[in-house]
Amino acid sequence: MSSHSSVLGSGGALEIGEAGLAGAATGVRPPSPPRDRMQAQRFQDALFHQVTRFFAFSVLAILVAILGALLYGAWPALKEFGAGFPFSADWNPVTDKFGGLISVYGTLSTSFIALFVAIPVSFGIALFLTELCPPSLRGPLGIAVELLAAVPSIIYGMWGLFVFAPLFADYVQPLLSATLGNIPFIGGLFQGPKNGIGILSAGLILSVMVIPFIASVMRDVFEVVPGILKESAYGLGATTWEVVWNVVLPYTRVGVIGGVMLGLGRALGETMAVTFVIGNAHRISPSLYEAGNSIASTLANEFAEASSDLHVSSLIALGLILFFVTFVVLALSKILLMRLGRLEGEKT
Amino acid sequence: MRTACQARKWRPRIQEDGLVQFPAIIGGVVPVVNLEGVTPGQMKMNGALLADIYLGKIKKWNDPAIVALNAGVKLPDENITVVRRADGSGTTFLFTNYLSKVSVEWKDKIGAGTAVQWPEGVGGKGNEGVASYVQRIKGGIGYVEYAYAKKNKMTHLALKNKAGEYVQPDDLTFQAAAAFAEWSKVPGFGEILTEQPGKTSWPITGASFVLMHKVQVDAAKGAEVVKFFDWAFKNGQKTAEELDYVPLPAALVKQIDAAWRTSLKDASGNPILK
Repeated sequence: MSSHSSVLGSGGALEIGEAGLAGAATGVRPPSPPRDRMQAQRFQDALFHQVTRFFAFSVLAILVAILGALLYGAWPALKEFGAGFPFSADWNPVTDKFGGLISVYGTLSTSFIALFVAIPVSFGIALFLTELCPPSLRGPLGIAVELLAAVPSIIYGMWGLFVFAPLFADYVQPLLSATLGNIPFIGGLFQGPKNGIGILSAGLILSVMVIPFIASVMRDVFEVVPGILKESAYGLGATTWEVVWNVVLPYTRVGVIGGVMLGLGRALGETMAVTFVIGNAHRISPSLYEAGNSIASTLANEFAEASSDLHVSSLIALGLILFFVTFVVLALSKILLMRLGRLEGEKT
Repeated sequence: MRTACQARKWRPRIQEDGLVQFPAIIGGVVPVVNLEGVTPGQMKMNGALLADIYLGKIKKWNDPAIVALNAGVKLPDENITVVRRADGSGTTFLFTNYLSKVSVEWKDKIGAGTAVQWPEGVGGKGNEGVASYVQRIKGGIGYVEYAYAKKNKMTHLALKNKAGEYVQPDDLTFQAAAAFAEWSKVPGFGEILTEQPGKTSWPITGASFVLMHKVQVDAAKGAEVVKFFDWAFKNGQKTAEELDYVPLPAALVKQIDAAWRTSLKDASGNPILK
C-alpha cells in the first residue's frame, strides 16, 4: 500500500468516526443518575483533578529544587570567581583556579558537529522510509532505526574507543587532513594528532547516537502529512524531491524542529560515550583533532575524587551552566517556532 | 591504590575530620609506552626528560635527547602522545610529586596534586583508562600502577634514580625505596617515597593508605576492622607479593599497631583495643 492511498483511507475513516460520535452526543440521552451517585462522581472528578494537578506541579517543584540545589552547591565557586566563571579558561586543581569556558566550548562544539552530521542523514532516512522505500523494507528499517536508539550510551563509548577511534585514526583522519585540511580558514580544524581521540571523534559518535532520535521523529511527522496535499503536488508534475522540499517539510516544520531539539538535548547531556573518546583534556585548541572536555565528561571524571571544596563547587557550577545551556537552547527553539508561525500568518 | 599517597595534601583535612591514617601496602608507578619494536624495560628514561615530555617540550620519539639515552634502541620518527589521568588520583599525586622533585620547571608551572592542570595530552579515567589509551595510541606514553603494566603486558621504561642508576620496576626496587622511609618522623605515616636515595630504589614509589575515624561510635565494629587489618598484615604478605605490591616491613607494622592503640577511641574516650 502506498502512503498516499493509506492516508486518504484513514482520512475517510476519521470522518465516519466523527459522524458516529455526533450521533451519540445528540441522539441517545442516558437516564439521569440518582443524586448521591452524582455527588460521588463529582467528588471523584475533583479528586482526579487534584491528583493530576499534583503530578503536573511536582514536575515544576522538582525543576525548581534541582535549580536550587545546583545554585546552593555552586555558590562558593560563583562567589570566588564571579560572573566571569563561564568565560574563564582556567582549570587548575593545584592552584584552585576554575572556569567553565573549556567545558562549555567542548559541549557546544561536539553537539554542533553531531547535529551537522545527524540532521542531513536523519532527513535522508526519514525521507526514504516515508516516500521511497518499498513496503517490505519499511518495517525492518524502521525497527532498526529505533533499536539504534535503545543501545546504551556506554556501548557507544566502548565501540567508539575500541573500534571507531583506531579506524578513524588510520583511514579517515589522514584523508580529512589531506583534503579539508588544505582549505583556507577552516583547514586548521582538520590538522593535528591523528590518534582517533578528540572533539571531532566525540562529535561523530554523538551524531550516531542522536540520528535514531531525529530520524524516527522526522519519519513520524512525515507520515502524518495529508495524502491529498502530496497527491496534488504530484498531480501538478512535481518530483519526489520537490514534494518533500515544498510540501512535506513546510507542513511538518514544527515536528522536525522538535525532533532536532530532542537530538540536541541528548547530545548536550551525553556523558559516558563522550568521556570515552573526547580525550578529557582541559584545553581549547584550534584543531578538532585535539582532545577537549565537555561539561558532562568533566563531571563524570572529576566528581568522585575532587580534592578541594572549591573544586567540587566549580563542578556543580558547571552542572548549573549545562542546565542553563539546555534551557536557552529550548527557549531559542520555541522562539524560532513562534517566529516561523508568525511568518506563516503573514504569507497567507 | 585509589586513595594512595595523598598524605601530605590531605593531612590538614584528616585532622579536621577526626580521621587517622595508616599505610596498607607499598607499590610503584611506572611509565609505559606504545612503541613498535621496543621491549619492556629496554628503553631508558630520566626524570628531566619525562617532565619535558609531559610539559610538551619534547614532541617526537626520535628527539636527540631521547636517542642519546638509548643507544641501540630503534626509535621511530613518531609523535609522542601524552596520556595521563582524567580523574583525581593518588597515582597522579605520586607521579607529579616525582616530576616536581626532578624538574624545577614542572614544579613552578604545574606542581603536584591528585589532579593538576596538564599542559599536554589526553586523559583516561582510572589506571585502566590510561592503560587502554596507551595501548590504542601509537607513540603513546602514560603512567600506571605497576600491576596494570604487568597485567596488560605493557612496555615499561627503565628510570634513572637519585643515585644515577637505571632501574627496572619490580617489588625489589619498590622495597629498596621503601627501606629509606622514616615512618615515625611524619605524622600519620605521611611519608612519600618518590626519588629516594639508594642504588636500587625505584624513583616513583608510594604507599596506599587506610583512613579510619578516630572516634569509633560502634567500638566492637571498629575493633573488628582493626582485627582484619592486623590479620592482613600478618597473613597477607604473600598475596601482596603475588600482586606485585610490597608488604609493609615488620617494624612499621609494630608502629601502626601502637598508633591503633593510642588513636582509636570509643565514644566515651576509652581505647577500643585492649
